[in-house]
Amino acid sequence: MKNETPLNVITANDLLSGEVVYLTASGKWSPEHSNAILFDETVMANARLVEVQSSDNSIVGAYLAGATQGINLAPSPVHFREIFRTKGPSNRALGKQTQSA
Amino acid sequence: MYNYTNFDKEFVAERAVQFRDQVQRRIDGSLTEDEFRPLRLMNGLYMLLHAYMLRVAIPYGTLSATQMRALADVADTWDKGYAHFSTRQNVQFHWPQLQDVPDILEALAAVDMHAIQTSGSCIRSVTADHFAGVAADEFEDPRPTAEFVRQWSTDHPEFAFLPRKFKFAVTGSENDRAVTKFHDIGLKLVRNATGAPGYEVSVGGGLGRTPMIGKLLREFLPRADLLPYMEAILQVYNQIGRRDNKYKARIKITLHEHGIEDIRRRVEESFAFQRTRFDGVDQDIFSRIQDDFEAPLYKQASTDEYAKARESNPLFRAFTDTNVHAHKNSDFAIVTVSLKAHGATPGDASSAQMRVLADIAEKWSLDELRVSHEQNIILPHVHKGDLPVVYDALQAAKLATANIGLISDVIACPGMDYCDLATARSINVAQGIATRFDELKLEHDIGHLKVKISGCINACGHHHVGHIGILGLEKSGIESYQITLGGDGTETAAIGKIIGPGFKADEIIPAVERLITVYLELRLDASETFLITFRRLGPSPFKTALYPAKEKHHAA
Repeated sequence: MKNETPLNVITANDLLSGEVVYLTASGKWSPEHSNAILFDETVMANARLVEVQSSDNSIVGAYLAGATQGINLAPSPVHFREIFRTKGPSNRALGKQTQSA
Repeated sequence: MYNYTNFDKEFVAERAVQFRDQVQRRIDGSLTEDEFRPLRLMNGLYMLLHAYMLRVAIPYGTLSATQMRALADVADTWDKGYAHFSTRQNVQFHWPQLQDVPDILEALAAVDMHAIQTSGSCIRSVTADHFAGVAADEFEDPRPTAEFVRQWSTDHPEFAFLPRKFKFAVTGSENDRAVTKFHDIGLKLVRNATGAPGYEVSVGGGLGRTPMIGKLLREFLPRADLLPYMEAILQVYNQIGRRDNKYKARIKITLHEHGIEDIRRRVEESFAFQRTRFDGVDQDIFSRIQDDFEAPLYKQASTDEYAKARESNPLFRAFTDTNVHAHKNSDFAIVTVSLKAHGATPGDASSAQMRVLADIAEKWSLDELRVSHEQNIILPHVHKGDLPVVYDALQAAKLATANIGLISDVIACPGMDYCDLATARSINVAQGIATRFDELKLEHDIGHLKVKISGCINACGHHHVGHIGILGLEKSGIESYQITLGGDGTETAAIGKIIGPGFKADEIIPAVERLITVYLELRLDASETFLITFRRLGPSPFKTALYPAKEKHHAA
């Protein structure tokens, strides 16, 4: 996906559940977008991405996704695809939207 | 129905065991994702937007009641209580967990089902007319051929790594309900001048980013030559199909680049050799398969209850007008059960609905169900005298929507609600159209109309062949919907024409409404369908209706 914003998070799907996850500052994966580490520099983000792609066995299909810094400095998604990924399908109350309530 | 042999049973059971080992090795880290991905795809396991998706094959859309119940059990035990019937007559589970998939495959194998070749660059699950073997207008039953091709193509060592995926469809009727002209190979059962059975073979049809209508490769292929000729086509494709660019790798592009004459020459040359390799064993197998598809024994009973119910119950009459098709046996009917209740997700069925369908099939449809590529379920053998009681049972399960072939019988891919390839949602548009025209109470007046929606250029929702096609794209960071008109997936095949710029999500339903309004104004009478009106008048009046302000601006 074309990504023109300089701010990025690293996202993937969990190996077992397939759930959408985000890389956090501690190196662990969180299901919450707001817990993601926000990269403000593309070279650094890409280097970290290559690292998790090659060595982290707990996730599938990691990639950089554009983000913004929202309230409380926490990252929030930009593209509508990434917004859907933080919620779940819009036709059924399934996925993350049922857990965050 | 085809009865699995011991060989078939052992084969699918063995594949489930192999996959259990592969999953275990992925989880313990012995396999990387790059190593595991082709293995999971060979077993129909994709990673989509929010979760894994398991695509289970329903060859030529045929299911027994027991198999439908097993799918309901999978939905309840390992998924979220529903399943999605796809535009390729398959079924998809959208929430399985990786560690459970071997158990799911084992449960499926126990009822002669599997997920083999539902993904990957191989010959995919074979599709056929969903009314196969029962349609009054059918010339010959395409299922034995579909099963024959399925067996030949399963685990075929030479064709396990083709340049790209490869899809077969088979029909035995002049009314092409199997969209054969838009498959890599379309087979139509025919007879030659002496009455000998054979096939009309078309090749190179497809949808996706480069839609093309299949071209006639052989007008008459004798039945006994089917497999050597298919070997020849696949061998030519495997050798000269492009592997440098996945968007140019389908056989439709090979055909386009080389031309039909060159492809025909190559195929015939290969066929001359392939023919010598088949000594007749294949025909013995075909003959055994045919035995499994012998017409069932149809009961003889009164059809009075059907006539009475049509007289007394207008809802039943409306249902039988739209959802019932002519059966070969005039005392029987083919019932199409709509999975498109107004506002529902096209193709979704709850586990409870699946069990009701299994029960109905067992009691009143000789234990058989079909899945149509239009994402509905067929009860192929219902005695007309049983139609009122079947209707009541369907109604109790909210499965009696009388809309087959109407504007709310939309086909739609899962789109961005589930699919990682999607550029926009499609389900919401399908729901919006169905709900709006139900409010207007217009759909029966509008009549036969096929609306097809895809959430990306790959066209799983067949938008190119929708009378009204809708393609969801991204434009400037929002969902945008492009309309095509005049598409047709039947024997009068046509690719829909793009009419103009796309519409935002909140503009697309009103745009469709404007199209319908102008159609109702311009049709000669109620018998002239939307497609025929479009063919008679061309795009101009529809374009004016879609873009009224712009047209005025240009005129000024």
